[in-house]
Amino acid sequence: MSNLAKVVGWVDDRFPLTSTWKTHISEYYAPKNFNFWYYFGSLAMLVLVIQLVTGIFLTMNYKPDARYAFASVEYIMRDVNYGWLIRYMHSTGASMFFVVVYLHMVRGLMYGSYRKPRELVWMIGMGIYLCLMGEAFMGYLLPWGQMSYWGAQVIISLFDAISPPLALWIRGDYVVSDATLNRFFAFHVIALPLVLVGLVLVHIVALHEVGSNNPDGIEIKKNKDPKTGIPLDGINFHPYYTVKDLVGVSVFLAIFSAVVFFAPEMGGYFLEANNFIPADPMKTPPHIAPVWYFTPFYAILRAVPQKQLGVLAMGAAVVIFLALPWLDRGIVKSIRYRGNLYKTAFGIFIVSFLILGYMGTQDPNLWYVNPVSRICSITYFLFFLAMPIYTRLDKTRQVPDRVTE
Amino acid sequence: MSDASPDNGRRHLLIGVTSLLGAAAVGGVVTPFVMSMLPSARAKAAGAPVEIDVSKVEPGMMFTSEWRGQPVWVVNRTPEMLEQLGKNASRLRDPLSENPDQQPEYCKNLTRSRAEHPNLLVVVGICTHLGCSPQDRMKAGNGAGMGDDWPGGFFCPCHGSKFDMAARVFQGVPAPYNLRVPPHMYLPSGRLLVGADQNSKGA
Repeated sequence: MSNLAKVVGWVDDRFPLTSTWKTHISEYYAPKNFNFWYYFGSLAMLVLVIQLVTGIFLTMNYKPDARYAFASVEYIMRDVNYGWLIRYMHSTGASMFFVVVYLHMVRGLMYGSYRKPRELVWMIGMGIYLCLMGEAFMGYLLPWGQMSYWGAQVIISLFDAISPPLALWIRGDYVVSDATLNRFFAFHVIALPLVLVGLVLVHIVALHEVGSNNPDGIEIKKNKDPKTGIPLDGINFHPYYTVKDLVGVSVFLAIFSAVVFFAPEMGGYFLEANNFIPADPMKTPPHIAPVWYFTPFYAILRAVPQKQLGVLAMGAAVVIFLALPWLDRGIVKSIRYRGNLYKTAFGIFIVSFLILGYMGTQDPNLWYVNPVSRICSITYFLFFLAMPIYTRLDKTRQVPDRVTE
Repeated sequence: MSDASPDNGRRHLLIGVTSLLGAAAVGGVVTPFVMSMLPSARAKAAGAPVEIDVSKVEPGMMFTSEWRGQPVWVVNRTPEMLEQLGKNASRLRDPLSENPDQQPEYCKNLTRSRAEHPNLLVVVGICTHLGCSPQDRMKAGNGAGMGDDWPGGFFCPCHGSKFDMAARVFQGVPAPYNLRVPPHMYLPSGRLLVGADQNSKGA
């Protein structure tokens, strides 16, 4: 028995090391027909690590004080060795986090990954998404630029529409101020990351309990090898998918680096021009828009001509995803075997989401912004609200017993 | 241990009482943490009234000052602007300023100003929708890019809310209320005091 085996054995008698490795990595059987869309879960974990590491190093030079915050970010950019790189990795990471998470969610929608028995996996995932939105929103205040300030002012005012004392409690002052900045720092660097990491672990544990879905929406656990009990269509996560994911990681890092080095501001979509001006509580910039990943919901907020209802609609647009497992009454899970009704609805939904995202970046005074936002808000909600009807009427195709190549 | 154990009643009672006391203790411990996030004594004390010299604000001009960290506008309206106020009523949400939270009683009038200086509008420049600061669109007509029938007023860039020259909100925009007129008064020196009036000392 080698020394290493002895050490592992010693640990195994005291901690489930080998069995955990087997359950979650080397003997976790994932369907063999994963495609391109299955890269984004592991990529989201990669971005989480990038954000945690770069974030820790940013806190070494950042000052969460309304007097010094803006200057300390400039200090990081100009004077700290490689500070610009660490900060651009963090700011690009924030946007890329949403890119991979949105693609990960589209995958779940397409292949019915939210359906029984994966309702909890989906709902925990939505918890991660909400947590991520909070993390992004609070992080955006920290540079204390004009967009930081007025973005926070607008979002906190959303709570004001629900309950003014709640908004006061969140700000800790009558206006967005040093107190707000300081507590957002606390939430951004410790409270929410802890929750986020915890939720990611729970997400994976829940997924490995029920097993991964696949592009065919077939339960591979229904066809097991009678001798070994291993799903016939399953392959070990390690080495097969760890190696496959490495390809995804390489391509992703190439794109990520290209953005960090050549277009960290991404034409104002990742870092907005107005945020290079220090926060001025007396003057709103002439055109304010949230960062791109919030714009679809922001467009829905603006589309409703009444304050409380607008806030409600925006909240509902996010929360309604939680109800998906129960709204979908289709017989099949995957879009591959659905009929034209679902495919049309899904197409309209994706297009509505993208158009809303664009409208959210546009000046509300342009003639087309309000009408188009209103139409797309309606189609957005119809995708969910009419789902019990069209998924039941839809003419689905026969799902094969075994996964297809 | 069987369900018929004679101890069960007592056991449930003890579990219930312990849980209740435990919950009360958790509530007690959570309270100081929740309260610590409310505005501190220093933040509350920072709301002192401010004095503004209004003599330099020419007719048709506005001046922005700061009170409680918020922009306060002083707008000196021309006779034409004042005359227009009476014609806007049908396009406004609250033309008579009937929401008592949005102005002190003494400003519940057509110009939303104190009787001494009906031309001077003193208003907190924070949109009642989501807290952006609206912009000057005081010039009437198409020049401001607000359409030919624009009577002059203010425009919020965030979500397109519109207000007239008495900071009253138009219909069909997201802002629910007129802009807020803060408590204010004119001192014997002619200077403007924002944040206090005869009724309240530095509210």
